[in-house]
Amino acid sequence: MNKKSLTAKLTASPYMVWSAIFIVVPLIFVLVYSLTDSQGNFTLDYVLDIGKYKDVMLNSIWLGFIATVISLVIAYPLAYIMARTTANVQRTMMILVMLPMWMNLLIRTYSMMIIMQDTGIINTVLSNIGLPKIHMINTEAAVVLGMVYNYIPYMILPLYSIMSKMDHNLIEAAEDLGANKFTVLKNVILPLSLPGIASGFTMVFVPSVSTFYISKKLGGNTFSLIGDVIEMQFKSANNYNLGAALSLVLMVLIIICMMVMNRFTGDDDDGGVLI
Amino acid sequence: MEDNVIIRLQDISKKFEDEVILDKINLSIKDKEFMTFLGPSGCGKTTTLRIIAGFLEADSGQVLFEGKDINNVPPHKRQVNTIFQRYALFPHLNVYENIAFGLRIKKMKEQDISKKVHEMLELVNLKGFQKRNIASLSGGQQQRVAIARALAVEPRVLLLDEPLGALDLKLRKDMQVELKSIQKRMGITFIYVTHDQQEALSMSDTVVVMNGGRIQQIGSPIDIYNEPKNAFVADFIGESNILDGVMLDDFKAKFSGAVFQCLDKGFAVNESVDIVVRPEDVDVVPVNEGTISGVITSNTFKGVHFEMIVDIDNFKWMIQTTDYYPVGTRIGIQIEPDAIHVMKKSEYSGMYGDYSSFSDELEHLSDVAEEEE
Amino acid sequence: MKTKMTPLSKLYVALIMIFLYAPIVVMIVFSFNSTASTSVIGGFSLRWYKSLLHDEGTMQALANTLILAVSSSLFATVMGTAAAVGINTFRNKRVKQLTMGVTNIPMMNPEIVTGISMMLLFVFCANLIGKSDALGFGTMLIAHITFNLPYVILSVLPKLRQLDKYLPEAAMDLGCTPVQAFFKVILPSISTGIFSGLMMSFTLSLDDFVISYFTQGPSFETLPIRIFSMTKKRVTPDMYALSTLIFIAILVLLVLINVAQAKGDKKMNNKLNKGGKK
Repeated sequence: MNKKSLTAKLTASPYMVWSAIFIVVPLIFVLVYSLTDSQGNFTLDYVLDIGKYKDVMLNSIWLGFIATVISLVIAYPLAYIMARTTANVQRTMMILVMLPMWMNLLIRTYSMMIIMQDTGIINTVLSNIGLPKIHMINTEAAVVLGMVYNYIPYMILPLYSIMSKMDHNLIEAAEDLGANKFTVLKNVILPLSLPGIASGFTMVFVPSVSTFYISKKLGGNTFSLIGDVIEMQFKSANNYNLGAALSLVLMVLIIICMMVMNRFTGDDDDGGVLI
Repeated sequence: MEDNVIIRLQDISKKFEDEVILDKINLSIKDKEFMTFLGPSGCGKTTTLRIIAGFLEADSGQVLFEGKDINNVPPHKRQVNTIFQRYALFPHLNVYENIAFGLRIKKMKEQDISKKVHEMLELVNLKGFQKRNIASLSGGQQQRVAIARALAVEPRVLLLDEPLGALDLKLRKDMQVELKSIQKRMGITFIYVTHDQQEALSMSDTVVVMNGGRIQQIGSPIDIYNEPKNAFVADFIGESNILDGVMLDDFKAKFSGAVFQCLDKGFAVNESVDIVVRPEDVDVVPVNEGTISGVITSNTFKGVHFEMIVDIDNFKWMIQTTDYYPVGTRIGIQIEPDAIHVMKKSEYSGMYGDYSSFSDELEHLSDVAEEEE
Repeated sequence: MKTKMTPLSKLYVALIMIFLYAPIVVMIVFSFNSTASTSVIGGFSLRWYKSLLHDEGTMQALANTLILAVSSSLFATVMGTAAAVGINTFRNKRVKQLTMGVTNIPMMNPEIVTGISMMLLFVFCANLIGKSDALGFGTMLIAHITFNLPYVILSVLPKLRQLDKYLPEAAMDLGCTPVQAFFKVILPSISTGIFSGLMMSFTLSLDDFVISYFTQGPSFETLPIRIFSMTKKRVTPDMYALSTLIFIAILVLLVLINVAQAKGDKKMNNKLNKGGKK
């Protein structure tokens, strides 16, 4: 008996070794690089340098937060509608929501750029019907829109998943007890969907804050997000130490944001990530 | 050693994290016998079964199969098979493949497998079900597949771990009859685990009453009911009034302030004993004709009889009669000598027997709690 | 309880679908454009599809992407399934929590951090052995396996937990050795979890840009990386053609899977109904 469960335990050992080498050790590298200079001597210079990037950091978090909230506001009613409709329609809508996720993010973002650029489709249409052009590309709004567009399926799916599991009798019971539609939403549906909101929030917020491609394409050279700065250190400036320090701070900031988030929603359910 | 013993347990002990689950169990199980381990949850009955099956190893002691030590024989090499509590049917296989599973492991010929599976389906009354999906079967049907699957590999001994626990009452009664008849037809040993005393009494050749990791009594259902060895057994099997008494002499017991004739002997003079009187064995008579008397504090109609709680000398008796007496009536009571059963004092003395806190609802609740274990 | 949508709901759904699909429609339309412009439609043409087929670099990148996705998802599925089986037997709460905590890191961490952390490790090792060009297929494979593993583990583990814990015992009871019991009973029972882990790994790997970007070398170019280097300048419409083809392939695949699932569900329901009536 003991021998048997020992064998079963051993099957996890390749993974445990692998995850130690390729998950834990790289994170230790990030820590070590952010606390050393290019000669490998201990220094706090890079970590203290972060102050210079304070505005970029705050701006990234702010834009990521706005994109996440917009996604939530748009996705919530959609998920609710999906969960309440017939099985066949649900299936079709699931496909429709998931399909764009499998399209390459770069191509989709590039397409958005084409639509929004000054000579793009929207402006061509506008000028054809005699309206003034709108400058959209290379603005913060365009970047936020890009984030929402790219990551909103990650908000819809966990919300839909939790709402479709919700017992409809609960809603009827609440109505039976005299609650109106708004009270039902506020006191029954919303609290029950909190785990879905939490996992959707995480899944949109984290990639939005750390993106570097969307901001590059839709924000132009007008401003950078933290992801752009990190990418630059590794791919062109070759300042790994600064890049590591920035990544470390980004990681810590995200952990803090998630902890604050979990305060509001209770425990984050890991299962939700998998839909 | 008796020659028809198939399994013998010798001094089997088992601990889980310092909690004693089994304390020196000794037991002989005869070939072709229907033996039942009966006891409340946590008494060690399932642990004993799992040790026989080979899923658990005893900390000390031996399991002998036809005289040979099988302690180190792994489950897949033992000639015993198990019906699991929730059947443990393989969800990815259909009925046919579930029953054929053990035969395929034995690498039997396809032709023989088919023959055997059909034979088994017939045995458990599931002809025509071979292509069905497990998930599409009712609880009773799943139960039958589990029986067919275990019997297909022709075990010498079949172990059944509360097999009927998940079925509703009526189905359970039907399956009891059917299991018993299957056991007779197949001519193999059944070792059955249950906490349901009615089930144990109606099916078994031998009942082993267990509590606290120890065997309390081994005997035929009739012995167990009529001659319980201690207050635990008397209380667990059926209803009983268990009273403090004194043996004045052979055939003479004193309890409830009166002296009764009885059939028991061999106790020391004036030895303290436990007296068992079954509720249905008490005769209700007019007060002046009774050996003792008491006042009825409650009376419930049960269909076949009335169940009364009677206060006699501040001890609450349960008495079953077919005549109706209103609450508050004082009645006389007579007890025939053969209705009195005298037991030696044990660790369980004084723990059971008074019906002062008895209520049907409580009884029912504790049953439910047990089933959820 | 399940109802048809109100007109307002329909409108809402339609608006979101337009938002989600506008860029994709634009891409498809321009893939059939006869000129290279991204704002003016010159007419219908298949020239970009033709030029795509003759673009060896892109075709090589497509092949590379598939090789990487297949090998990394298979590797991750085998190792991840074994890991899940082991983790499921862990009794020690601390060890279990620690293992699951580490498993969650690649899922919770921003991709860019996962990417650069591995890049640091790989570059360090490459310098150690004095081969600065060591980054390439090998390092990308390691990176992809690493970010696929959590998805496999987290889709297999729930299936193992749902498993009747007596199933392996029942198999052994019927004569299986412990190893046979695993392959004949446990593995088939968790196969849906394994399959969805495999599919998820495959698509994640196919689509990954960020982590690949930091762990790649010039010797091995995948499609997302090629697209990235092209979008730095100007994307030629043959990329649209390629994306359109991928889009259609995925659409067909998703529809097929769903139709199969819907059929399976119906069959199951029918059987259940029949079973109930007996």
